Amino acid sequence: MAKTLQIVTHAYRCTIEEQDDPTVWITHALEGAGADLGVLLRGNAVNSAVQGQDASGLSFGSMVQTQPPRIDRDVAALLAKGIDVYVVSCDARERGLEDASFVEGIKTVERSGVAGLMDQFDRVWSW
Amino acid sequence: MAKYVLLESRDPFDSGDTLHDYQVASDLAKAGNEVTLFLVQNGVFPARKSAHSERLSQLAKENVTVLADSFALRERAIASGELVDGVKAAELEVVVDAMAAGHKTIWL
Amino acid sequence: MANKKKLTFCIMDGPYENARTVTALRLIDIAAKRGYDQTVFAYEGGVSLTFAKQEKHANSVQGASLGVWDHPLPREWVASIMETARANGGSVDWINCGLCVDERGVGEAIEGTRRGAPSHLLEAADASDGTLIIGARG
Repeated sequence: MAKTLQIVTHAYRCTIEEQDDPTVWITHALEGAGADLGVLLRGNAVNSAVQGQDASGLSFGSMVQTQPPRIDRDVAALLAKGIDVYVVSCDARERGLEDASFVEGIKTVERSGVAGLMDQFDRVWSW
Repeated sequence: MAKYVLLESRDPFDSGDTLHDYQVASDLAKAGNEVTLFLVQNGVFPARKSAHSERLSQLAKENVTVLADSFALRERAIASGELVDGVKAAELEVVVDAMAAGHKTIWL
Repeated sequence: MANKKKLTFCIMDGPYENARTVTALRLIDIAAKRGYDQTVFAYEGGVSLTFAKQEKHANSVQGASLGVWDHPLPREWVASIMETARANGGSVDWINCGLCVDERGVGEAIEGTRRGAPSHLLEAADASDGTLIIGARG
């Protein structure tokens, strides 16, 4: 079974789509299909692992968003399935994030360690 | 050691992450991998001498093969004579070759 | 063909809002001309590329009436790529992510495409010489 590293580079694109974040969502789906996965959050996607995100309350006309994305919950669910989720620590620090900001279980990798992490996987899929 | 083809479509003037992508290419090469950085779309802009071009030339010195999509260059009127040191024009076939050969092909 | 190559692509963008779709089609076209077997998994906005109800229009800015301008539509390009693959001994298995199709209302797709799920992407990738994910950005 090939090991695949899922790299997420951008977040907060699909707030009104059911499958938000689409890369976190498809990671769950691929895992369910039997894939052996790891996840790396880079760039502003490091914020996907931050606890306490709240996208609730949107409405357009009289239509209310019934299912707002809860990306921190979805990331935590990846961890609960045994999928390693990494955050590039420089990207986080530069954005004012500390380790304590993240959901429990997140691993960190220095920017200089990204290449080494990629080398550990058979496939690297950047979304 | 592995062979990598990294596609870069973003312009470093648009996204600071692009410079981090260049660094990934450099780090992979330093780790002994065979690395090609293939610039496509607006990613070819620094192939023309600009504030970010030096980094591309430096990558070439660090054993990264830096290629720029011929179509994207032509689309942006970047002539072959304008390409900075270390950057060569290439056809997109290079990417398909890499995929067919089982190289790790990653659109950063 | 001995050792015929198999490639998988995953695309996420619709046709016009980003240049990634152009590059994706160029890559798929190259592989089609080589007679490779390909799987294209269209995810998110990528599912609109094969929508059967795309229509041409006039272009008053360029001074062209309907029928004169005759600009190809994405569904035509995709159909032509599929035909090219066949003519060269290859194939393109174009799979549109079913949930993405439903929420965009683009269920009427051109002939030769099919609905699918992320498991099809995994299956295709596992059977391929190479897989390229062309993700959306920003």
